[in-house]
Amino acid sequence: MTALFPTRRQEEWRYADLDALKPIWEQLAEPLTLTVGPGESVEEVWLPGADDVQVRRMKIALEAGAQARIFVLNTASEYGRIELDVSLADDADFTLFGANIGGGGSNVEIVTTVRHIGERGRSRQTVRSVLGGKAVGTYLGKVEVARDAQKTDAGQSVKAMLLDRGAMANCKPELEIFADDVQCAHGASVGELDADQLFYTMSRGLDPASARALLLEGFVMGLWDEAPDDAIRDAARAALRAIA
Amino acid sequence: MKMLEITNLHATVADKAILNGVSLDVPAGEVHAIMGPNGSGKSTLAYVLAGRPGYEVSEGSVEFEGHDLLEMAPHERAAAGMFLGFQYPVEIPGVSMLQFLRESLNAQRRTRGEAELSGAEFIRLAREQAAALGMDAEMLKRPVNVGFSGGEKKRAEMVQMGIMNPKLAILDETDSGLDIDALRSVGAGINRIMRAPDKAVLLITHYQRLLDYVKPDRVHVLSRGRIVRSGGAELAHELEREGYTEAAA
Repeated sequence: MTALFPTRRQEEWRYADLDALKPIWEQLAEPLTLTVGPGESVEEVWLPGADDVQVRRMKIALEAGAQARIFVLNTASEYGRIELDVSLADDADFTLFGANIGGGGSNVEIVTTVRHIGERGRSRQTVRSVLGGKAVGTYLGKVEVARDAQKTDAGQSVKAMLLDRGAMANCKPELEIFADDVQCAHGASVGELDADQLFYTMSRGLDPASARALLLEGFVMGLWDEAPDDAIRDAARAALRAIA
Repeated sequence: MKMLEITNLHATVADKAILNGVSLDVPAGEVHAIMGPNGSGKSTLAYVLAGRPGYEVSEGSVEFEGHDLLEMAPHERAAAGMFLGFQYPVEIPGVSMLQFLRESLNAQRRTRGEAELSGAEFIRLAREQAAALGMDAEMLKRPVNVGFSGGEKKRAEMVQMGIMNPKLAILDETDSGLDIDALRSVGAGINRIMRAPDKAVLLITHYQRLLDYVKPDRVHVLSRGRIVRSGGAELAHELEREGYTEAAA
């Protein structure tokens, strides 16, 4: 049986474009699942496709000592949603490098739940959003640390850049901690391009649009420093040029 | 030929009048120094010439090689051959110096209708210029000005100038924050890159010490947004000896 269609009253769907979701819900209702066995590691690069609406939902179970590293570029002309539900057993390690890039009237969101169940788990989530036009970009990230998950080390760094007055960013790191010996760092910021940087760049010969694109590249590209190849870097650059 | 011709230039910043009728001609082949106390309008003049947003020209005109400079956007001024050496070079995390300079130079070349440099050609040029200024080429791989000391930033500005190879350089307190060795190498860099019959330099400075290395053809004293005195290289020494108040009186 298909899971119930979500409503905006559910926190994790609060900023979603449910109209865009409706026609494709049937095939998405059940998230994909990925189990990474003890001591194993996976690395995935998620590139956007060409569809107006793109939704990915995945549940990842990291068993003892398992590692997962995911690079995501979330961009879609109408609605893009990346949803991750990750559980970490003892000594598991999860890393997410994600970008929301949106222009026009698009809605792009990354929604994560990271469950630290075992001891000494480590999670790192770094998300950068660049939003132009009337785009809405969202990061909702919940980190749950279970009672027995001592020595958990969880980090969330979320930054958004707004290019136009009509663009909007929602950043919500959220912590639920039941263990007492843990480290959970989180930071969020929303800003605009720096006027000094823009003038400096233009004074060297770049026209305003190219100067903006270059500065945005600097803001986002650090995410891909450890990516296995240049595909996501090139796709992000193209997406930025399109909205800068 | 006149490289830069400033006539009765008035400018405001945040509705406050800073330049009150600057007139100045810089012919090709010459180095002109602009000296003056803090708050006299030196940096404002540099920013107005480079087209910084927020610096409003309320009266007067500026011609660059016979073209109306004030009609040009900042990137067009760069492509036309103007270079501003910043007093406080800006840091840009996430963008390497090499990428920044290559994209800038190629943007200028496109605007001028010239062919772009390939990656290899550009790297050769950048290495050459870094070496000439005594800068470790490895620094070019770092993000623009990030983690550079004050002196390294100024040296990097001169490397940028060498790569851009402009016709007119406006250098805003390029000497501040430099120790004696750096001052000497920056001075030599300015002479090497800019001393040519078809180039000109506007050197903005507080002190005459840089002028020991880069001999100016003319020295102008800016005070309260106006040029109050002009003379030869000896004027800089007089200012150093007697101070601005005496010399500009």
